[in-house]
Amino acid sequence: MAFRISSSFGLSRSAASRLGMRMTFPRLSMAARYNSTTTETITVREALNSAIDEEMEADPKVWLLGEEVAQYNGAYKVTKGLLDKYGPDRIVDTPITEMGFAGIAVGAALSGTKPICEFMTFNFAMQAIDQIINSGGKTYYMSGGQVPCPVVFRGPNGAAAGVAAQHSQDYASWYGQIPGLKVVSIFDAEDAKGLLKAAIRDPNPVIVLENELMYGTSFPLTEAMKSKDFVLPIGKAKIAREGKDITIVAHSRPVQFSLDAAEKLAKEGISAEVINLRSIRPLDIDTIIKSVKKTNHLVTVEQGFPVCGMGSEISAQIMESEAFDYLDAPVCRIAGADVPMPYARNLEDLSLPTEETIYKQVKRVLNVQ
Amino acid sequence: MMTLNAMDQVLYEAQRQGRISFYMTSFGEEGIVGSAAAMDPNDPMFGQYRESGALLFRGFNLDQVMNQCFSNDLDKGKGRQMPVHYGSKQHRFHTISSPLATQLPQAAGAAYALKRSSITTTPNSNGKEDGQCVICYFGEGAASEGDFHSALNMAATLECPIIFFCRNNGYAISTPSVEQYKGDGVASRGIGYGIDTIRVDGNDVWAVYAATLKAREIVVTQNKPILIESMSYRVGHHSTSDDSSAYRPKKEVEDWNLHDNPLTRMRKWLTNQGWWNDEVQEITKKQIRADVLKAFGDAEARKKPSIPSMFEDVYDCLPQSLVEQKNEIMELVRKYPDYYRVHDFAKEQQ
Ligand SMILES: Cc1ncc(C[n+]2csc(CCOP(=O)(O)OP(=O)(O)O)c2C)c(N)n1
Ligand SMILES: [Mg+2]
Repeated sequence: MAFRISSSFGLSRSAASRLGMRMTFPRLSMAARYNSTTTETITVREALNSAIDEEMEADPKVWLLGEEVAQYNGAYKVTKGLLDKYGPDRIVDTPITEMGFAGIAVGAALSGTKPICEFMTFNFAMQAIDQIINSGGKTYYMSGGQVPCPVVFRGPNGAAAGVAAQHSQDYASWYGQIPGLKVVSIFDAEDAKGLLKAAIRDPNPVIVLENELMYGTSFPLTEAMKSKDFVLPIGKAKIAREGKDITIVAHSRPVQFSLDAAEKLAKEGISAEVINLRSIRPLDIDTIIKSVKKTNHLVTVEQGFPVCGMGSEISAQIMESEAFDYLDAPVCRIAGADVPMPYARNLEDLSLPTEETIYKQVKRVLNVQ
Repeated sequence: MMTLNAMDQVLYEAQRQGRISFYMTSFGEEGIVGSAAAMDPNDPMFGQYRESGALLFRGFNLDQVMNQCFSNDLDKGKGRQMPVHYGSKQHRFHTISSPLATQLPQAAGAAYALKRSSITTTPNSNGKEDGQCVICYFGEGAASEGDFHSALNMAATLECPIIFFCRNNGYAISTPSVEQYKGDGVASRGIGYGIDTIRVDGNDVWAVYAATLKAREIVVTQNKPILIESMSYRVGHHSTSDDSSAYRPKKEVEDWNLHDNPLTRMRKWLTNQGWWNDEVQEITKKQIRADVLKAFGDAEARKKPSIPSMFEDVYDCLPQSLVEQKNEIMELVRKYPDYYRVHDFAKEQQ
């Protein structure tokens, strides 16, 4: 459990929270880190936008719906400019009926179109979870493979900032449980572009989990990413940093914390390998096994609850694999605290894994002071 | 109504200054007070979030409002909710839940529970045993959720004593009501469920009062639900995270505020009756603002909820693992009081 004592105790809150779910100020702006003058950069938001734009341009079957996605450009401006370009038939504002528009997306997908269904946040997708799981995820199977459901459900997932118990949950392991769904979790701009494009092209229902606090973060825009055919394979993890002493597996925003921790550990002579999971289902356990066989140590990091979380799943699969024999210490799970998200900012900070938590746990697992 | 307005001004400003994290005003919708006035103080109330006026009318005072918004040690919610998400068992006001429309079927359930226990139920405040009635508030946007439809149908078929009170303020964040539905508002849906329905001018406090009073009478005497659609206008932004100038003309807001505002209309009515004048207006306004600022200052100065309280309320009895964590933390806190700024936190939960 992430239970770290933070020095931010008692600091006054910034105006970072909202109920109508929009425009917040990320607490940790990582933009500066990548903003060198020599490399071109792109924010996660822009990468998502261009992924949708390019796929809509390429395939007239693709369309997008959700609350405030058209006129208002989306609660987080991910769909900016798309209404002007594609018109109200393909960028569709819906009434506030998550179950309704998720159902419409499923029905339209079963009928040969390729809808992208945006949720203001995945917290509100809970109202639509029956459509996503029981219909979206199962109709292909139940129809004996006759009717595919090429729908994309996307939106911010996981903890934002200062929005308390009902708005701060990570659904990776919820959806990851369902045979019939594919689930990806986006960390950087490369993931955003490559995985969202892959999700739109995929003939299966795909859940694309984004992170609100990463939308404004800039990352390098590589030549490869500029291609209209830049897609990343769903089901493949990425080794975000190579190392030989310990493997850290994370997804979404904690990938950044893991990379930061690895950087700090490197200064002390500890070489950590960081794996960005990217795909929750299918889970790329082979990449993790291979890494563990090399490093002999494994730490998992996620913002979701520890019970039945991604870390639990990865630990179990590692136990069942040949990698178990290579482990020199038990697998360590770092997860969100096992409590409804506190509203108090200091407690919220303490409920989520940070660079510091990872740094400390790695040293504990390696038994170094 | 004036208190609600003054309180909204102060707390809205406070959010802008970073002193509280979030706020939602009721500007333009102060007429809601009329509905609360028509209910019995013991009637259970379910809100969406823009019903501070109804809660204030119930006697939830400025101190309680401020304590919640500042999440201090006097907040009955122990600082676990965002500002405006009030709840008060004492005032029979159910805690606000953020996911829209969830309060609607729950309110129907509460009404059914009232009906089931009607013989043993607490009498009204005036001692009469003519039964109680639930009131459930929601916006015209939330009425698009499936929960709204389930709630109406269930309340109708189970003959639940409940008033569904729709605040139709023209917008759901940026979505104007003309894009929220194509039918005749929310009222037309009541008819479809076999629920007697009335649409009322939400900016006319007396009309809201009269409609709710009559609705309540029908509910408790005939044991059936009533739907009220109260037409008003959201003068303020959706919340402090919203800038409504991005989706509606300033002039529209100004026009409503100028020509059809519940506060102004009430004031004019009182003046016409000879019960109010500019002088009284000024004095009252000053007094109320002073009261609001006093409560604000008091709440801001208070300590945060007690440290051990963070372990409470997931479990009724702490499991051993949490007992150990708690003991460890309290030991650390005892050892390093300055590091943990122990003096910022209350010793005990009030
Ligand atoms: C299930 C769900 N979906 C979306 C939201 C985001 N949201 C918060 S308030 C709101 C608008 C509600 O409008 P309305 O019911 O008309 O009430 P008003 O704000 O006008 O008082 C939306 C979409 C939410 N809280 N819950
Ligand atoms: Mg509204």
